Amino acid sequence: MKAGRKFLLGAALIVGGVGFLIAEGVKETGVYFLTPTELAAKTASDPTFVENVGFKVGAKVVPGSIRRDKDARTIDFVVSDGVKRYPVTYRGLVPDTFTDANDIEVVVEGRLGRDGVIRATDVLAKCGSRYEAVPEA
Amino acid sequence: MTLLGQFALWAALLLGLWCVAISFSGRWQGRPELSASVVRSVYAVCGALVVASLSLWTGLINHDFNIEYVAAYTSRNLPSYYTFSAFWAGQKGSLLFWAVVLSLFASAAQLLTPRRYADLMPHVAGVTTAVVVFFVCVMLFAANPFERLGFTPADGRGLNPQLQNVGMVIHPPMLYLGYISITIPFAFAVAALLSRRLDTGWIHAIRKWTLVSWLFLAIGITLGMWWAYVELGWGGYWAWDPVENASLLPWLTMTAFLHSVMIQEKRGMLKRWNLGLIVGTFLLSIFGTFITRSGVIASVHSFTQSNVGYFFLGFLAVAGVLSFTLLYTRWPALEAEVRLESILSREAAFLFNNLLFVGIAFSVLWGTLFPILSELVRGTKITVGPPFFNRVNVPLGLLLLALTGIGPLIAWRKASAANLKRQFVGPVSTGVVTLAVLLALGARDFYALMALSLAGFVAGTIVQEFYRGVRARRRMHGESAPLAFGRLVARNRRRYGGYVVHLAVLIYFVAFSGMAFRREMEATLKPGESVELASPFGHIYRLTHQGISQYETLNRIVSAATVSVTKDGKPAGLITSEKRQHVDSFKRPTFEPSTEVGIRSGLQEDLYIVFAGSVQGTEEAVYRFNVNPLVWWLWFGGFVLAFGAVLTMWPGGGPLAPAPARAQAGYEVTLVGAAPK
Repeated sequence: MKAGRKFLLGAALIVGGVGFLIAEGVKETGVYFLTPTELAAKTASDPTFVENVGFKVGAKVVPGSIRRDKDARTIDFVVSDGVKRYPVTYRGLVPDTFTDANDIEVVVEGRLGRDGVIRATDVLAKCGSRYEAVPEA
Repeated sequence: MTLLGQFALWAALLLGLWCVAISFSGRWQGRPELSASVVRSVYAVCGALVVASLSLWTGLINHDFNIEYVAAYTSRNLPSYYTFSAFWAGQKGSLLFWAVVLSLFASAAQLLTPRRYADLMPHVAGVTTAVVVFFVCVMLFAANPFERLGFTPADGRGLNPQLQNVGMVIHPPMLYLGYISITIPFAFAVAALLSRRLDTGWIHAIRKWTLVSWLFLAIGITLGMWWAYVELGWGGYWAWDPVENASLLPWLTMTAFLHSVMIQEKRGMLKRWNLGLIVGTFLLSIFGTFITRSGVIASVHSFTQSNVGYFFLGFLAVAGVLSFTLLYTRWPALEAEVRLESILSREAAFLFNNLLFVGIAFSVLWGTLFPILSELVRGTKITVGPPFFNRVNVPLGLLLLALTGIGPLIAWRKASAANLKRQFVGPVSTGVVTLAVLLALGARDFYALMALSLAGFVAGTIVQEFYRGVRARRRMHGESAPLAFGRLVARNRRRYGGYVVHLAVLIYFVAFSGMAFRREMEATLKPGESVELASPFGHIYRLTHQGISQYETLNRIVSAATVSVTKDGKPAGLITSEKRQHVDSFKRPTFEPSTEVGIRSGLQEDLYIVFAGSVQGTEEAVYRFNVNPLVWWLWFGGFVLAFGAVLTMWPGGGPLAPAPARAQAGYEVTLVGAAPK
């Protein structure tokens, strides 16, 4: 076999390998990113979604809904996109940006329980203006 | 002062348009006065932008809160060095910073490029100035740093506390310097295409520029990791966030380019590939700015979402179409001079290295854009996170690490069996021994084991290369070992500097694999209570909560929680972690509270303490404790990398170099004096 052929074979292996890793990675680790409305539609059309499928929900925290337990390591709150609401329970430390201020946007990763509560495995909070100053109230 | 700044921006725009128009019209050819004018207008644009920058700095330092930008990013109680660095804290200032630095680089390129490339320079001037003009337009028509408010606030809003960190003063400019200086090699590539001077000349002209921008990007990325580690408090330094990925992408393709130009220089192959890579690198740097500034991808870095992102998208499209069209029209002239002779050759190793770099870049790009792509194609947004990037890139990265060891061992053109045996026995045994030792010590993580044994193999390669070089010099010139070592490196800076960079890369890999063994624990502790944490190196930490103190300082109210530490029963001092509430000069809170991590760093492992909050106003504290192995080596690797890169680009060195400078002569003399005979 000529050097050029051998090289093309090696190149094909690398390109194929990269493609395979990407495809497999997306399949194995990709999670849905939904709004509460989309989550409701998903669970209505596909009942196996509940408890079985991990997803992320991007929504706002309903003001005043945050309840922290005594040792401050479990936190319950309600998220909403203005149409649908979902209660969330999370055990772990929330980031600094997760405050009781109005209008904080969160991304909650987890699964939906049969009781309609999202069991979060991760909570990211984004104060829409992290690298900008807080707007005047 | 804003009037002056504003005027300077308009002056830069008009001068820049003149430069671009004359340069691209080609009218300067055969008319020396016009080509001189094109080059001079580069300096003039630079002067105008320097004036604009000085007037913004004047506004910042004088606390002129009537300027919207000054009011948005500084306050009276902000330490003065942060007032100074607020220049690049926000989008508008960053744009000005970008424009002024690019035009400084463009002027330096005109001044420093040897005369034999004189016929390329008006083209280079046109391309660099076109990019400057784009930035000036964005400022004038979308994000003007000199915009005034209708009123003058008593105090500004202050700088985000997470940006109040030394790393944040240097990290953004370093990354910007990297992104910005990519424009210079890109401009030379386009100039070579436009003027049809498609020999390797343009590659020689830009070699140092590519190294400079590669180094700035590498330093910027490493500083970014350091900043994330000490400031964000989640315990790690790399989260595959879109903004982090955006800085990694051009670095990856640039690294591929640094390797593949060597094949073009030595063998006259890969001309099209190299041009494609440098154009791609430039586009990726613009793309990075687009995704960080437009908010099209959710990121923890979310900067202000504004239409500025779409200016960048438009620019990206225009620049991409123009440069690839140009490349296409010159395609036939870019035929390779020779063909690949053997798969067992350094050329082939470099080609595979390039494919891997580009493959990694592609997978990072794909993962970053996947939410958008999946929404476009399938209607639902699907995101991929760190598990995806690790799954794809860890194996590819390990292959690349293996090639780092293989490449330098294999001969150009065609390696013989004897050559392979002579070269590989030492390094491969080093790798195998490393693996055996680690297994005996009880390490079991597959990827970490692979990374560390490959690191052993690469270290073997590097040591062998230095050893053989020194031995050859001793035989040929009868020099002592230290003298031979010094001269070997000094006379072949490019080669041995490259090996030092490889050494840095393997240190990075060692540090990365350390994180596979990290330990984490959360605890809620009353004063006097303690927990124990075992480290992967077998140390036992006992952490006792001492209490929480509250106090006010310069621009913040601080709650500080202190832990006393014993390591294996011996006292190891106190570590304090803070929650900070920043306030303005009227004591009004300005930002969300931020965490100041307590870190005790060591050669083996870091103890990393986050005070997450107190329980309902009592002194009972919630903590997260981490033991992060080998993190120190990452920062050390950064220094080694910078040293190696500087060594590689240090002037002089090769046989064609001019006479050594005085300092170098003195260096050699001391070596002779110090050498044992």
